[in-house]
This record gives sequence, C-alpha cells and structure tokens, in this order.
Amino acid sequence: MQHGRYPFIVGFLVLPLTVYAIFVISPFAQAFHYSLTDWTGVAPEFGYVGMTNFENLMSDSLFLTALRNNAVLLVGLPIVTVLLSLFFAFLLNVGGSSGSAGVKGIRGNGFYKLAFFLPQVLSVPVIAVIWSVIMDPTPSGLANSVLGWLGLGSAGWLSDPALALLCVLWVLVWGSVGFYLVLFNAAMSAIPRDIFEAALIDGAGRFTTFVKVTMPLLWDTIQTSWVYLAILALDVYALVAVMTAGPGGPDNSTQVISLQIAQNGFQFGRAGYASAMGVVLFFITLVIAVVMLRITRRERIEY
Amino acid sequence: MSTPNKYSRRIFLQRAGLASIAVAGGTSALAGCASGGGGEEDVVSGGSAEQTSANPFGVDAADPLSVVIFNGGYGDEYAKFHESLYQDQFSDAEISHEAITDIRQQMQPLFNAGSPPDVLDNAGAEAMPISTLADTGQLTDLTQLFDADAIGQDGTPIRDTLNPVAIESAEYAGKPMVLNYALQVYGLWYDRALFDQKGWEPAETWEDFLALCEEIKGAGMAPMAHQGKYPYYIQQVLMDLAVKHGGPEVAYAIDSLEPDAWKHESMKMAAEALLEIKSKGYMLEGTEGLDHIQSQTQWNEHKAAFIPCGSWLENEQKKIAPAGFETTIAPTPLLDGAALPFDCTRVEAAEAFVVPAKAANQAGGLEYLRMMLSKEGAAEFTKLTAAPTIVDGATEGLDLTPGAASAIALIDSGGEDNWNYYYAIWYSPMDPKVQSAVGELAAGRITADEFCDQAQAAADETADDPTTQKRTRP
Repeated sequence: MQHGRYPFIVGFLVLPLTVYAIFVISPFAQAFHYSLTDWTGVAPEFGYVGMTNFENLMSDSLFLTALRNNAVLLVGLPIVTVLLSLFFAFLLNVGGSSGSAGVKGIRGNGFYKLAFFLPQVLSVPVIAVIWSVIMDPTPSGLANSVLGWLGLGSAGWLSDPALALLCVLWVLVWGSVGFYLVLFNAAMSAIPRDIFEAALIDGAGRFTTFVKVTMPLLWDTIQTSWVYLAILALDVYALVAVMTAGPGGPDNSTQVISLQIAQNGFQFGRAGYASAMGVVLFFITLVIAVVMLRITRRERIEY
Repeated sequence: MSTPNKYSRRIFLQRAGLASIAVAGGTSALAGCASGGGGEEDVVSGGSAEQTSANPFGVDAADPLSVVIFNGGYGDEYAKFHESLYQDQFSDAEISHEAITDIRQQMQPLFNAGSPPDVLDNAGAEAMPISTLADTGQLTDLTQLFDADAIGQDGTPIRDTLNPVAIESAEYAGKPMVLNYALQVYGLWYDRALFDQKGWEPAETWEDFLALCEEIKGAGMAPMAHQGKYPYYIQQVLMDLAVKHGGPEVAYAIDSLEPDAWKHESMKMAAEALLEIKSKGYMLEGTEGLDHIQSQTQWNEHKAAFIPCGSWLENEQKKIAPAGFETTIAPTPLLDGAALPFDCTRVEAAEAFVVPAKAANQAGGLEYLRMMLSKEGAAEFTKLTAAPTIVDGATEGLDLTPGAASAIALIDSGGEDNWNYYYAIWYSPMDPKVQSAVGELAAGRITADEFCDQAQAAADETADDPTTQKRTRP
C-alpha cells in the first residue's frame, strides 16, 4: 500500500495548489515586489525606489487617519459582535423558562435563528444600500421618522463626522451577528445538557452559568471568531465605498486603509504606493492574528 | 460621462488589497507579473495605405478597428452611429464594438500587456487616471488629428472647428493627447414651469439671490439642495462664485498650484457666501448626506428650488422628473464687484476619447475621431444624448429639450468668458482632499478661512510632492 501513496496524494493536491499559487501566493509576492517601485499601474514600465513608499506612508496624514479608523473598528467590531451573538445564542439555548423539563431554549428558537441569519445571505453592497436608505439624513428618512415620532429630533447619521464611523460599525455588527449567533448556537448545543443542569442544581443563576460554564466551554469558537472579525474590521472596503460620503467622509471620518489602497492604486495611478499600503496591511493582519491566537490561548476542556 | 459618482462597484479586493492589483494585471498575471512585458516602443503614425485628403492618416481599409465605449449616462448608441460612418468609408474593415462600465478593470491589463484598443472612451467613475496615461507615454499625440481637414468643411483644419476648451483640455506636457468630446455646462438648475407659475426669476446679484431664497423659503420650499454625499457638486457653485468674482486668474492660480491661490479674496468671499446660504437655512435639511439620486429626486419633487449640477442632469432624471417639469439652467449669481458677467459659467469638455500609443490600428483610431468631429457625427451625438459637443455649430437646427437648449444658450452667451479648471484631473490625489473640505464648508462645520487653509494645504502638499508632474496655465 505504501508504494504509490505519494503520487496518489500529489495527484490530488497539484491542481488546488497550482490555483492557490497563481491566485494567492503570486499576487502577494508581486505586491511585495511592486511596493518597492514607482509603478503607475497603467504602464508596463517602472523604476525601483527602495523604501521610499514606506517612508512616505509614515507622513501620509490620510493613511494615518485610515489606520486610526481601522483601529477603532478592530476593537469595536469583535467586542460588540461576539458579546451580542453570545448573549443571543445563550438565550436561544438556555433562556427558556426553567420548568420541570430542565434547561431549554426560548420559544420560537428556530424563527429567531433564521431572522438573525438573514443578513448573511445578502451581499455587502445590498446591506450598505439598505442602511443608507434607513439612515437618510432628511427629517423624512426612516430612522429620523422614528426619532421624530419619539420626540428626539433628527440625526445626521452618515453625514455627521461624529456619528459616521459608528454607523459603519453598527452596520458591520448587524451584518455579522447572525452568522456568529448560529456558530455559537451550534457550539452550545454540543455542550451536554447535564452540565447546565448540574450548575442549576448547584444553585447557579443564569449569569453565573453563562460566565462560568458556557464561556469557558466555547472558548475555542470565540477565539476563532475573534480573529475572523478582526480581519473583517481591517477590510470593510465594500461597505465604506458604497455607504459613506465621498467615500471615506465626511471629513475623512470613515477613511479606511482598503479605501486608500483602492484610490491610490486605481484612481491616482500610484500602484506602487498602494502596494506598499497593502504590504503594511498584510503585516498588521498577520501580527494581529498571531497575537490574538496567542494571548487568548487557554487550556482546552474535554467533555 | 464624468459625473464623479464614486459608486465604486465591488472591486475584487482581497484582504490586503494585494491580489486586486495583480488581478488587474489579469491575463498577464498568469504569465508572470502584473505589469506585463515591456514591449517595443513603436510610435508609428499613419497606416500603410496612401495618405490622401479623404484619408489623411492613410488608413488601410483591411485593418480591423476596435472601439471601447463607456456605457454610462450617454449610452453607446451614438458610437454605433460613428462606427457606421467608419464602415461606410472602409467597408472591408472589421469593427469590434464594446460598451462597458468598468473601464479600468478591463483596460488596465490590456494597456499593461501592450495590446490596448484603437479607440477608448475613458470616462465614468471607473476611468483610468488620464494624466498618468498621458505622462507615461500611453497615448497618441493628436496634433495630426487637429491639423487634419475637418470633414465637409472645405479644407478648414479640425482645430478651427472646435470650442477652444477642447484644445485647452487636450494638452498634456505641451501636446494634445485627449479628445474630450462632450461639453458639460455647470450651473444652478430649476424648474422653469414652477418659476413661471410662482413668478420667480433666477437672480443676477447675490443680494437678489438671498431675497429670492427668502421668498422661496416663505413658500414652504427649500431654496437649494445639493448632492452632499459628493461635495463635487456644491463645489461647482463655490468655484463659479469665486472665478466670476476674481476673474479666470483665480482658476489659473489654483491649477498652477501657486502659493496662496486658495486664499484669494474672491475664494474667501465665495466661501462666506456658501456659509451664508447654510446659516440662513436655505439648504434642504439633511442634504449634506444625500447622494445625487436622492437629492435630485427631492428637487424633482419640488422639495427644493435650485440644485447645482452639470448638463447631464436632465438626461439623468428623465425617468424621475414629473411631466411638465422644465429642467433649466441658471448661471450662479454675482458677488459684489464681480469681474465676469452674469451669463457665463464653467464649461468643461469631458468624455475623454483617446487613441492608445500602442493601438494596433492607430491610423484607424485617428480617422474614427475625425469622423466623430464631423458635424454629422456630432449632431447625432447631441440628438441621442441631449448633450452638446465640442464641435461648433453642430446643434443648429436640432430639436432640443429645455435643459439642453438652455445649456447651449449659456455656452453661447458666455462665449470667451466661460472658464474651466483642471487641477482635479491633473492632480487626482488632491481632488478628494479639497472636496472633503468643501463638504465641511457646505455643512457649516468650518469657517471660510479654515476652508481656504485646508484647500491650500492640499495644494501645497501636491506642489511639494516630487513625484507629481506639475502643470501650469498662462
């Protein structure tokens, strides 16, 4: 059996690996290469400029603003999304009235799961358009009508530099919670019921059960979600490009790195410079992923 | 059309945005790197056939011609007509017609691989950076086109049959490289029928304009809306106020990146005027956050009396405007002590047609442009798109819609006083920075002085950037 095993494995791997090399590895390698050039992106010719692009990045005020906004999303998105979806998943699983039947989820569990998951099947630009209509800044806009009805006046939403990034964050959260809810829900269902029941018998309340039992048992899932959400927070291109003023505005309050890459690379004819931004973003993403997986590493609980 | 609607369609942007650059390299990425091979520099002008007065570039009738058209607000029907003109003369030529919206994604790999089309209409939100194309030698020198005889004009060179803005806007590094075909006129748009009914008349002076705004506001309508999500539109009002007050030198100084160009007294006055409209409550509430479709629809619904825009507005709103709505342009009013008359405005030549330097059938490309510039070709464009072209007198005798008729009348009345600015095309990275500042100004969040400082900072930064190709105006 040993004989001919490697050709067999290689036979399966050669196609996917080739595709991966062409469409993933090679673009990455090329971006590193072009980040050292003054390539315009529209002409085949270019010259090498060493580290100039990276030096210019450090004094590019727009890039630094973008970096700061990405940092806000990087902190905000995972925290809010993970907490919200954990909370909802917990309610769906063990939130029901604890009668004689022991621990169970709330009624209409399946419907809620479906409702929360729905944004996941919409494409990002669709979500962006829906929310820009809701957050119409005129008094007759949907969200403003509700505020007006409550007697709270009206808000500028995406046209207010103080609110715009929060609006983007909110839409990101809205679009992500469903997926992570289903993910956490599945992970929670895998936890044996008797553990929850044992906790109940020992006199633990819902909150204590959540913090002391559910969270530790879900840690692996939460950790992975955290990294995914962090990566999402570093992209957000489509949402910002469709939804925000400018895009990236007002007053660059929603400027993000991916938007700067697209503008420099395609609109300004500075593909070399944009590649340098891409390289910086690559390392930021890498470091964040590694650091997050490291610092959140805990002992695995077997059950 | 060059509406700056930055509706960026979803570009295939990988997490780090890295792959997108290589994806733009498309086919060549498979072969190696995104920038493709160098290819030999051949600046062959003229085809292999004999050059005659009917065929000044020596087009070989057997050579195929490839035409790529931006399928935006103007559609592509007009191009099919131009192609039929070409086919009539070169019946053997095989013409490929492609109408697309994502110019950059599709054309960038072709330019990089050295196999671009023969004629490219580089327009729309996804256009390629035209100044970069020109500066990197990707475009054919159009001098021979402008010197060639205009079709059906008894030996008059094409140069003399065009609006001067066409020649001015074609120049890059002293050579004409870009044929901006459509004329776009900027101003304040209103519904003539509504104004007649209410007895309103667009004001000529700032004082009268404020009085009119007060009256409109009293009638329960917002005097002005603008496409706040894209500050480019309201910027047209700001620039027009400033240039008509200080003269075209204001625009020249800005385009030439002169120190303190944005701090000119006229610019300050214009900025103050814009703030005044906002602070007196003459702007539609929330208009700062509306995009062009939302705000123009509100305007069509008579929620606002005026809206700033270019002459594509009527066509763009065709399906939304209610019956009886007479889209009409008015020039911006004059600030006290204005140097230019009331009835002139910013007239821009847009819809950039180019013949790539590496086009396989360069002569055919030039000949195609020559046919576009015939009166017949230009009149058909206006007929199909309701937009005037750079060809003088090509709209005579055409049955025009109210918007097109008023725009053409304004081009004629402005004449030599019509003006234009170029910094946004010349220095593309500077453009969004200034627009951002204009947005803040129009929302009343910064003062006129702060606006001038911010715009000047963007200009200075551009002037100090060693990699930016500087250009000047007289």
